[in-house]
Amino acid sequence: MKEIIAKIVKLITDNQVYRSVFRHGFPTTDANRALVMFSNVILHLHPVRVRRGALKIRFTWCLGGLTFFFFIMLAITGVFLMFYYVPDTRRAYNDIKDLGTVIYFGSLFRNMHRWAAHAMVLSVWMHMTRVFLTGSYKPPREFNWVVGVLLLVLTLVLSWTGYLLPWDQLALWAVTVGSKMAEATPLLGNAGPFGQEIGMTPANDVRFVLLGGTVVGQSALLRFYVLHCLGLPLVSAVLMAVHFWRIRKDGFSGPL
Amino acid sequence: MEISALIKKTAAETRSPEDTALVWPNLVYIELISILLATAVLLFLSLVSPAPLEELASADTTPNPTKAPWYFLGLQELLVYFDPWLAGVVLPSMIIVGLIVIPYVDPNPNGKGYYTFSERKFSVLGFTFGLALWYILIVIGVWFRGLDWSWYWPWSDSSIHMSVTAVKLVDLELIIQNMFGLSADPVMTLGRYAPTVSNIITVLLFLGYYAVGFTIPFLLLRNFFNQLGMIRYNLVMFFFLSMCGVPLKMFLRLIFNIKYLLVTPWFKI
Ligand code: HEM
Repeated sequence: MKEIIAKIVKLITDNQVYRSVFRHGFPTTDANRALVMFSNVILHLHPVRVRRGALKIRFTWCLGGLTFFFFIMLAITGVFLMFYYVPDTRRAYNDIKDLGTVIYFGSLFRNMHRWAAHAMVLSVWMHMTRVFLTGSYKPPREFNWVVGVLLLVLTLVLSWTGYLLPWDQLALWAVTVGSKMAEATPLLGNAGPFGQEIGMTPANDVRFVLLGGTVVGQSALLRFYVLHCLGLPLVSAVLMAVHFWRIRKDGFSGPL
Repeated sequence: MEISALIKKTAAETRSPEDTALVWPNLVYIELISILLATAVLLFLSLVSPAPLEELASADTTPNPTKAPWYFLGLQELLVYFDPWLAGVVLPSMIIVGLIVIPYVDPNPNGKGYYTFSERKFSVLGFTFGLALWYILIVIGVWFRGLDWSWYWPWSDSSIHMSVTAVKLVDLELIIQNMFGLSADPVMTLGRYAPTVSNIITVLLFLGYYAVGFTIPFLLLRNFFNQLGMIRYNLVMFFFLSMCGVPLKMFLRLIFNIKYLLVTPWFKI
């Protein structure tokens, strides 16, 4: 039996095609296990060795990694949804309806996208809580905590911009409530403290910039769509790269 | 590239090689399993609980109540107690900035890289307090608010409007004015601002909250102050007192029916 397996492994690995893709044998020896980590760009997010403490599930609860996984999941399901969704107030609602009725796997992808979004919000909060409770923000990791807080804000804004896209009552009014608050921004909003004193009106304040108009309408939908599908994910991805890079450089705070 | 050289290099990177483990398979497998579990949970939830889709958006019919997404319902719940500029803009901004400064105002070297309460009581308690506040407000917003944003118990009929027991909310300055029989005439005018005696008292009370809050630990817990130093101490106390101010104002509102603690022509708190 062992011999047969060894033969099959050799058949798979001992040829030019395999070696052009993977520059190591199966990760069954320590040397190959190290090489896997070096030569695979995705796995290279990790070091080759970590301190044993970092492996304890009850230390990280896998929460940072899960947050990242949900982000990836959202990107994949999101791309699928983009094939069928047009950010036009006359169409958007029906496009979402179609996902649930006529498109193969449409509702599955939409539901997965929705649940992954909820999960990401929850897991990013819990990840922050874990990082706080283990004191992992203490020097030299102060800056990575700051990057984390920005990621947290981005996660919430990403979720919120996505909330408008189905263009149903839930979406419209949730965003209307939110933009009412923008109007009340001190100095920058027309209904906020000192807003009118410095010349803010509904047609030039921060809410107007956010919505591209005075009501939640076509321009708002387009803005939220572009931010949701392009702008915010890009910024998040860059910040995540910084976040992970820092973890690699500073090492992991886990116990010895 | 020399494999042994590579391994040596990374072993040197980690401080104590005898305490380290190879990422493959140890960590990679943990990650794989948690990803598979998470996918299974997502799939399960997607199948049993589909994403909602209500009627087509219409500016003509306002749903009652209009609720923000769940993760913002804590802030929306604050709207009961605070004006929108505070609940929707200033308080969230203070939360964000407050979180950002945490690593820079916590000089305690203990408790780095492990769970501990006894070695950092104040920071753990403070953080947990804020977190609890955030989650409690969300739970209230999601499950206890119904028509007209009134309080609904899970067993109340959510289709009937609550008979509004007309509570009259009063501003603190009026309470003070009536309690001490103070005059309602302004004592001075500064542009649009024409404060009465009682209004000035509320301003002093408001500033007094911070003044007393800053002073007491300085006098009684000098060690705490010395550990932090001037700048850190002031930052910590500012955010801490502001955080405590939120439930305090909610309390005053619920117990004494106070609408605003402080009224100016530009903003009200
Ligand atoms: C999109 C959001 C985020 C992603 C994808 C993410 C991802 C990760 C991952 C994969 C780790 C490795 C350890 C672990 O899994 O716990 C980590 C560690 C860390 N994260 Fe995050 N994170 C995010 C948000 C945050 C937030 C909101 C904070 C804090 C406010 C934060 C602060 C940190 C710090 C300080 C570490 C180092 C922990 C240590 O060395 O023990 N991150 N993050």
